[in-house]
Amino acid sequence: MTGIYDDRVKTRQTRRLAVILLGCVLLLIILVLAVMAGAVTIPVRDVWLALTAPGTTEDYRIIYTLRMPRVICAALAGANLALSGCILQGILRNPLADPGIIGISAGAGLAAMALMMLAPSLTALVPLAAFAGALGAAAVVFLLAWERGVNPLRLVLAGVAVAAFFGGGMTALSVFFSDKVQGTVSWLAGGFAGASWQSVRMIVPYSVIGIIGTLCLYRRLNALQLGDDVARTLGVHVDRTRTMLIALAALLAASAVSVAGLLGFVGLIVPHVMRLVVGSDFEPLLPCSALFGAILVAGADIAARTLFSPMEVPVGIFMSFIGAPFFLYLLKRRMRAS
Amino acid sequence: MTGIEMKDLRLQYGARVIADQLQVTLDKPEIVSIIGPNGSGKSTLLKAMARLLLPSAGTVYLHGRDMNSFSADALARIISFLPQSAQAPGDMTVRDLVLMGRLPYQGLFSSLSEDDIRAADKALEETEMTELRHHRLSELSGGERQRAWLSLALAKEPEILLLDEPTTYLDIHHQLDLMELIAQLYETTHMMVVMVLHDLNHAARYSHRLIAVKKGRIVVDGPVEEVFTKDIIEPLYQIQAAVTQVREGNRLYTVCIPYATK
Repeated sequence: MTGIYDDRVKTRQTRRLAVILLGCVLLLIILVLAVMAGAVTIPVRDVWLALTAPGTTEDYRIIYTLRMPRVICAALAGANLALSGCILQGILRNPLADPGIIGISAGAGLAAMALMMLAPSLTALVPLAAFAGALGAAAVVFLLAWERGVNPLRLVLAGVAVAAFFGGGMTALSVFFSDKVQGTVSWLAGGFAGASWQSVRMIVPYSVIGIIGTLCLYRRLNALQLGDDVARTLGVHVDRTRTMLIALAALLAASAVSVAGLLGFVGLIVPHVMRLVVGSDFEPLLPCSALFGAILVAGADIAARTLFSPMEVPVGIFMSFIGAPFFLYLLKRRMRAS
Repeated sequence: MTGIEMKDLRLQYGARVIADQLQVTLDKPEIVSIIGPNGSGKSTLLKAMARLLLPSAGTVYLHGRDMNSFSADALARIISFLPQSAQAPGDMTVRDLVLMGRLPYQGLFSSLSEDDIRAADKALEETEMTELRHHRLSELSGGERQRAWLSLALAKEPEILLLDEPTTYLDIHHQLDLMELIAQLYETTHMMVVMVLHDLNHAARYSHRLIAVKKGRIVVDGPVEEVFTKDIIEPLYQIQAAVTQVREGNRLYTVCIPYATK
């Protein structure tokens, strides 16, 4: 009897490793594909040539100035959003939590929309405005939910209230400036059409902070799953840890939203799916979520710019179309299994 | 001195004062049960011992030092606490859970040491959970799950074990099983065990000392023989009860049979 369970533990280890390896391979394939595909298709051999002998060809210019920053942004935004969602789902112990719940989307949306409508000449500053708006909204949610540290239940309620308030602001803007709504639609749907090395520089530091932060905190995040009292008696500073983790989640999501626009869905679905695949231990769950978040967004971005080429479709639409059915399939399969 | 000493403690949740001017000294490795009616402050008292509730007045001393001067990790290595209804992700295995008990011994990046593994395996052994160590928590029965949690508490190699109603939700067989296990653990480790118990007969049989609490005050505190009497139990719970002795084999059990409310 014990034998079966010993085997099962081995299977669990193997499966976790396999998922991470598969993720790495998939991500690599997606990244190469993403550099190849687009309005002009560049074969692998030419990608290789362009990269090894830089600065000489037209291919190189396309790859270096357009596609590489775009691919990197898409992958990092996906990873950051998925990590953020994963952390929030863990802290709130609620599988339906996502970065939107701490006001990120609403804050970024209102700030970016206001800038695009009220000061169209400053469109270049949209990413900064979105970042500031996201963090501003998260800070308001934070303050409202503060009670010797962040109280999870109050956080959810404050998040809903703040999102509604900022959402109202967005609706008001689109009513009063209905002629300018068109220009904001594609930003609101999310995408990487304007991604440049500048965008990469905006998001990279936060991805690094996210990776370091999760490495430091995953054990305590695991301990928090046992409830506040048990976590405290395991030596975890519960309030401090929770506050740091939520701040981390806010930074990760805000940086992603600032380069990608309102990219919903990733932060909710990817961690949830990974939980079904590798289980609820955050040691494999966090890296797997980041990896597959990157794969999903980078992959969806390929589809977004090739399927209806030369027209580009906002990447968020593709993600919903790929992800939602897959998510339902997994849920259904698990229900049948248990 | 070693152990826990509470001096002039006031405990409150927000504005609601649960207990005031509380004095408790626990300086011997013995099994102590806190008894008393619902809402009397039993669990609150236990939480204060684990520093889960900070007193608004007074001081808790641990080994003669103000408990607040201990770091979280240092305190975690001395005191284990099991809440009344502990929850964990269902897909976590027993061993994963027990290894969490080694968290206070680990640095930020260091992984599990030989000592950690040994302590966890020993804790599994002591709670007879070795066979079930790779089972998921969701696959365990109520009794097994409680033993898994006890194993987590033991993996910390604590000096003081605090248990908040450990037998709630268990049937009679598993209740006895758990109480026997706790008594056996006490015999082998001689650590201090303090628990909140609802079942008076368990409290009387398995403890050395009883602390009776009512409305935030300690009514009586002493050896079982002194506390477990008709004169104390009846007013404590506002019941009418017979406290009598039953002989089974060569053993004499003191039991309490409540038969009416007052």
